[in-house]
Amino acid sequence: MTATTHDTHDAHHHGPPPGFFKRWLFTTNHKDLGVLYMVFGLLMFFIGGAMAMVIRAELFQPGLNLVDPHFFNQMTTMHALVMIFGAVMPAFTGLANWLIPVQIGAPDMALPRINNWAFWLLPAGFVLLLATLFLPGGAPAGGWTMYPPLVLQLGDSFPFLILAVHILGISSIMGSINIVATILNMRAPGMTLMKMPMFVWAWLITAFLIVAVMPVLAGAVTMLLTDQYFGTSFFSAAGGGDPVMFQHIFWFFGHPEVYILILPAFGIVSAIIPTFARKPLFGYSSMVYATASIAFLSFIVWGHHMFTVGMPLAGQLFFMYATMLVAVPTGVKIFNWMATMWQGSMTFETPMLFSIAFVLLFTIGGLSGVMLALAPVDLQYHDTYFVVAHFHYVLVTGAVFSIMAAVYFWLPKWTGHMYDEKLGKWHFWLSTISVNVLFFPQHFLGLAGMPRRIPDYAVQFAEFNMISSIGGFVFGLAQLLFVYIIVKCVRGGQKASSGVWEGAKGLEWTLPSPAPYHTFETPPAVK
Amino acid sequence: MSSHSKDAYFVPEDSRWPVFGIPGIVLLAAGFGVFLNGGSSGMPMMVIGGIITLIMAVMWFRDVIIEDVTGKYNAQVDVSFRQGMAWFIFAEVMFFAAFFGALFYARVFSIPWLSGGDPATSEFLWDSVSLSWPTAGPGFLDLDFTPMGAWALPTINTTILLTSGVTLTIAHHAMKHNDRTKVILGLAATVLLGSIFMGVQMYEYVYAYQELNLRMDTGIYGSTFFMLTGFHGVHVFLGVITLLVILLRVMRGHFTAERHFGFEAAAWYWHFVDVVWLGLFIFVYVI
Repeated sequence: MTATTHDTHDAHHHGPPPGFFKRWLFTTNHKDLGVLYMVFGLLMFFIGGAMAMVIRAELFQPGLNLVDPHFFNQMTTMHALVMIFGAVMPAFTGLANWLIPVQIGAPDMALPRINNWAFWLLPAGFVLLLATLFLPGGAPAGGWTMYPPLVLQLGDSFPFLILAVHILGISSIMGSINIVATILNMRAPGMTLMKMPMFVWAWLITAFLIVAVMPVLAGAVTMLLTDQYFGTSFFSAAGGGDPVMFQHIFWFFGHPEVYILILPAFGIVSAIIPTFARKPLFGYSSMVYATASIAFLSFIVWGHHMFTVGMPLAGQLFFMYATMLVAVPTGVKIFNWMATMWQGSMTFETPMLFSIAFVLLFTIGGLSGVMLALAPVDLQYHDTYFVVAHFHYVLVTGAVFSIMAAVYFWLPKWTGHMYDEKLGKWHFWLSTISVNVLFFPQHFLGLAGMPRRIPDYAVQFAEFNMISSIGGFVFGLAQLLFVYIIVKCVRGGQKASSGVWEGAKGLEWTLPSPAPYHTFETPPAVK
Repeated sequence: MSSHSKDAYFVPEDSRWPVFGIPGIVLLAAGFGVFLNGGSSGMPMMVIGGIITLIMAVMWFRDVIIEDVTGKYNAQVDVSFRQGMAWFIFAEVMFFAAFFGALFYARVFSIPWLSGGDPATSEFLWDSVSLSWPTAGPGFLDLDFTPMGAWALPTINTTILLTSGVTLTIAHHAMKHNDRTKVILGLAATVLLGSIFMGVQMYEYVYAYQELNLRMDTGIYGSTFFMLTGFHGVHVFLGVITLLVILLRVMRGHFTAERHFGFEAAAWYWHFVDVVWLGLFIFVYVI
C-alpha cells in the first residue's frame, strides 16, 4: 500500500488507513461506507432469500410438509423485514454513499461520522431482530406490518422487534439527513439542482421521504410497546382506541416507504438507459417533476392498503382516485425511458439488460397496482397472492433488478476491472426467466382466491405453486452466480478505462478506475 | 496535498466513537427487551449500555467541539451542520405528529364510532354507550377519574416555557453583540426555567396519579395525555442538558459573535420544544 510510505498526515489524503479493523470499523470515507452498506445489503439479501426458500419449499406441495405453521409465519414476517430494512434500503444507501459525492463533485458526504454511525446501527438492529429466532416463542410471526392485536400475542420476540425497528429507523433517518445535507450543500460550483444526475435527484426526494415517515413508524411501534407493557389503549377499543388506527399510522409510513424502495431505482435506470442508448435522458426536467409528484402523492394514498377494514365511502373514493393518480407521473417516467431508447444506437451489456427488464417488469407490477387501487375489486384481491405477485414485481424485478443493474454498471468504476460479461448475461437471463416463473403464476393464484401468508392451501392451487417454487429455487441459485461474478471482478479482470462505457456521461466517469480513495478534494468546475 | 487551504471542506479523520457506541446501543435495547420480558439481567444490561452510549456521545461531541474551537470548520461545514440540525428537528416534528394523529383520530373517529356513530360496530362491542371526551373508553366506564384541567399548573407551565423562549432570544441577541455576561445570564435563566418546567410537570404527574386517578392506563385519554406530555418532557430534558453544555461552553469563552452554530442549534431545538408544547397545551389541555 503506497499510503504507508507517506507520513500519517498525508496518508489521510491518499489512501485508507493501514489495518483491516481500523479501516473498516472507524472509516468516515464515503466509498468505504458505501462498500460496507452494499456488502451488508448483499448478506441480508441471502439471509432473507434463505427464508424465502423455506417459504417456497413449504408451498411446493399442498399439505404441511417441512416446517410447522408457526415457523412458516416467522419466515414470512422475517423475510419481509430483512429484505426491506436489511437488503434493499442498505443497498440503495450504499449506492448513494458511493455515488452521490462523485456525481456532484464533493470531497465526501456532508456528515462523515454520522455516516459511519448510521451504517453500524444496521448490524446493531439486525443482531436484535435475528436473535429473536432463538428466543422462546421464536421470531416475530404476525406479519411485517405488525398489526395489533395479533402482534401483541408474540412471545418474547415482541419488544426486540419494536426496538430493532427503532434502531433501524434511526439508522435510516441519520443516513438520509446526511444525504440531504450532502446534496443541498456539497455540490461543485456550477452543479445547479437541475443539472444533477437523476440518481441524485431521486435520492434527494427519497431521503426527504425517509426523514418524514420513519419517525411516524417509530411513533406507531412505540404505541404498540406501551399498549403491551404500560397499559395504554391506543389500539384497544375497550379503552376508546382502535386497532384500525394502527393501520392508518403504519400505512402513513408504509406507503411512502414503498416509494423509498423504488425511487432510487428510477434514478439508477435513468443513468443506465441513456448510457447504452447513447442519447441524453429524454425529458430530464419532467423526470424530476414526476419523481417529486410521486413523492407528494405517496403521502395521501395510504388508505388503499385498508379498503377491506372498513372505511367511509368518501374515504374509499378519495384513496382510490389519489392512488390511480400515481400512475400518471409513473407513466411519464416509463414513457421517458422508452423515448430515450427510441432510435438510440443501443447495445445490450448486462446493466442495460437489467434496466430494460426493469422497465418492462416494473410496468407489469405498476399495472397490477392500478388494479389493486380499485376499491371494489380490491375487496376480492386483498390479502391474496395477487398482492404478493404485485409487490414482488415492483420490489424484485423493480428495486432488486435496479440494484443489480447498478452493481454491473458501476462495478468497473469501483474495482478498476471489468466484470465477466458472459457470466453477467447468464446471470441476467437465469434471473429474468426464473423470476417470472416464480411470480407470474402468483397472479393467477391470487385471482383464483389463494390467500397470502398460509403454509397450506387447497389442492386446486397445487400446479401453479409448484411452478412458482421451481422458479424460486432457480432464482435463488442464480444469485450465487451474482456473488461469484462480483468476487471475480474484485479480484481481477480486464482493466477498466476511466470512462468504462462508451456512452457514459457524468463526473464519476472523469475519475480513474478504480476511483482514488479521496476524490474531488478541490471541487471540479461544472459547465 | 493542496487541500489544506481555508476553502477545503473538513473531512474528519476516521473516528472510533460512532462504532464504540454501537455495543452500548445493542445492550441498551436488548436489556430493555429482557427487562420487559421479566428477565432480571435486563436492568444491568441497560445500565452498562447506557453508560457506553453516554461515553460515545460525550467523546464524539468533545471531538466536534475541539475541531470547532481550533477553527477546522469553514462556512460550508457550518451549513452542513445547519442542514443536519434542521432536518433532525423535522424528523422530531414527524415523531410528535404520529402521537397528535392518534389523539385526533381517537377524538374525531374512534370515540364517536364507539358511541353509536358506526352502528354496525358499536352494536356488537358496547351497545348504546355514550362517550364524550375525555373518556377512559367503553371498557372502563366505571373507572372514576378527573381529567387534567388547563388553567392551573399547565397555564403556569406554558408561561414558564414561553418566558424561557424569550430569555433564550435575549441571550442570542447578546451573543450577536458579544455581550458575554448577558449571554450567560440569559442562558442560565433559560436552563432554570426549563428545570422549573420539568419540576412542575413532575408535580403534575404525581397529582394526576394520586389525586385525579388519571394514569397511563386510564383509557385513550390517559394514553394520549401521558405519552404526548411525557415525550415532550423527555425533549425538554434533552434541551436543558444541551443548553447547559452550551452555557458551560460560553463560560469557557467558546463561540464568537459571528460564528456560534452550536448555540443556535440548541436554540432551534428549544424553540421546537416550545412550539410542541403550545400544540399540547391547546389540544391536550384546553380543547
